Amino acid sequence: MGRYTARRLLQLMPVFIGTTFLIFALVFAIPGDPIRALAGDRPISPSTVATLRDEYNLDDPLVIQYAKYMVGLVQGDFGKDYNGREVTDIMAQRFPVTIRLAVVAFLFEIAIGLVAGVVAALRRRSYLDTLVLVTTTAIVSVPTFVLGFSLQLLLGVKLSWFPIAGISQGWYSYLLPGFVLGALSLAYVARLTRTSLVENLRSDYVRTATAKGLSRRRVVGRHALRNSLIPVVTYLGIDLGALMGGAIVTEGIFNLPGIGQQVFLSVRAQEGPVVVGIVTALVLVFIFANLAVDLLYGVLDPRIRYE
Amino acid sequence: MPATEVLTATEATPHRADPLLEVEDLAVEFRTRDGVVRAVDGVSYHVDAGETLAILGESGSGKSVGAQAVMGLIDSPPGYVTRGSIRYRGRELLELDEGGMQRIRGRHVAMVFQDALSSLNPVFTVGDQIAEMYRVHEGASRAEARRRAVEMMDRVHIPAAERRYGDYPHQFSGGMRQRIMIAMALSLGPDVLIADEPTTALDVTVQAQIMDLLAELQRDTTMALVLITHDLGVVADVADRIAVMYAGRVVEQGAVSALYERPAHPYTLGLIESIPRMDDERDELVPIPGAPPSLMRIPPGCSFHPRCPMAQDVCAEDDPPLYAVQPGRESACHFWEEVLTSHG
Repeated sequence: MGRYTARRLLQLMPVFIGTTFLIFALVFAIPGDPIRALAGDRPISPSTVATLRDEYNLDDPLVIQYAKYMVGLVQGDFGKDYNGREVTDIMAQRFPVTIRLAVVAFLFEIAIGLVAGVVAALRRRSYLDTLVLVTTTAIVSVPTFVLGFSLQLLLGVKLSWFPIAGISQGWYSYLLPGFVLGALSLAYVARLTRTSLVENLRSDYVRTATAKGLSRRRVVGRHALRNSLIPVVTYLGIDLGALMGGAIVTEGIFNLPGIGQQVFLSVRAQEGPVVVGIVTALVLVFIFANLAVDLLYGVLDPRIRYE
Repeated sequence: MPATEVLTATEATPHRADPLLEVEDLAVEFRTRDGVVRAVDGVSYHVDAGETLAILGESGSGKSVGAQAVMGLIDSPPGYVTRGSIRYRGRELLELDEGGMQRIRGRHVAMVFQDALSSLNPVFTVGDQIAEMYRVHEGASRAEARRRAVEMMDRVHIPAAERRYGDYPHQFSGGMRQRIMIAMALSLGPDVLIADEPTTALDVTVQAQIMDLLAELQRDTTMALVLITHDLGVVADVADRIAVMYAGRVVEQGAVSALYERPAHPYTLGLIESIPRMDDERDELVPIPGAPPSLMRIPPGCSFHPRCPMAQDVCAEDDPPLYAVQPGRESACHFWEEVLTSHG
């Protein structure tokens, strides 16, 4: 397992370099001059422009810029934005919001998605099963921004049950946006759990467990569920990475000062260093979430061996 | 309706004083979208302590479904036990609720399945799966359950049982896995073991080892063994009595030796004639022509008549009851006397 982990970490290198280079090139390709954008309508002296262009290596070819950026990155230096703020400071301020949002969304996925899936599987073809089927289909069909605005309008504006925007009420502020963010995955988790459990309930070893004289609760809870959760846990693990980076729309709707909102603002302001820095951090989160899932897989399913 | 006659025929058999497990006129059907499948249609048999009953039949003859009905393992829907009686020590199992069946399963009546790899839970160690029996049924401590599980693994001759306790099913060979299944089934010393094609998935040499093991384990106890198989060779060596099934019915039953020497049903005769033998002077085997009927469309009259070389007009019309051929011997053939005298 140690060797496997080491090899996987080595394999991550090209993935990391490839993705970051791609992001770097894309940001580089955004039309317009960032220094001009920084100044807005005010006049700016050519010497200032030259100093700034030099400081941010803007006159170097793309590959050299990228190389210089990576050298800094390896030393933990994510660079500065065009106002001179450290990108790491911006991330330190923004990431906690996104992490809280992701955690709430993740808990919704587990609490509601898993339970709905298990109930649907155990009561197959019942009223409850149909309810889960219809609800999840509806959730999957509706885009996040429609769901977000609708719930914001209904539960926030009309009923005043939840704050409409911002994070002034602590964790409570995250409930509604967390649900919106987690809704799609919640539906998938429910479907995945149901399918997987239904399949396992028909399996030979579940029949064996019943033939052993075990209670239904033990047969389902210990024997069937343990096997059924393998694909679900895999999905959840990968999704945790996705939740961190995929919150641009949700953070926008609920005006949460998180990473997604920052990326959106930075792209508009052509703040290349911030965009690249944040997305690079997200790439790292993704890569490690994937590695963690692959390792967890072996723990959950003893048939999987790491060579 | 021949049901009453079936009953009468069964009444005539000996061992009636104290049958350990008795199945009477059992019928199981599956209601599928395409129609009703009558997997078991009026099956009766019994088994006594220390005895081995082989239930012989081709795939689809209803032999496994019947056994699963005894254990209450028929998934419902789509499966339903529509009539009959299953009595263990005189107690009607079909009337028990789920909790009552849980107390019977494993402790009194245990079961071993065909494919040990898929029948063992892949994510738990084999030791855990055996120990679970002691933990759940007897509330044994972890250490106690482990000790007894290792003991069981020893009894079924798994080498280095102590060391292999923590291994997973996929780390064992097919024969060893089946030994694990047997150890698990026998862990609580059940009175009846139902073995559903326990050797079908195994190599021939390993098959013999598993059959020897079952015989050995049975010798030490008064356990009854219900052996479900399609393999006549397996039956001859270990069984005391045989019930031959065809299209959801028992067509002939009796003591092994009598049945082998002089079958009283054309189907049994056909089965015996289709066994290859070393000392055989025939150039070719004699197969039974045709294929078993779909259980959704069982032919009227005797279900075997379309394939039967001795069939007459009456066979297509009248469903033969189980005739008492000799004490303890029954055949569901209108012409059992002719079959009996046609050979030997």
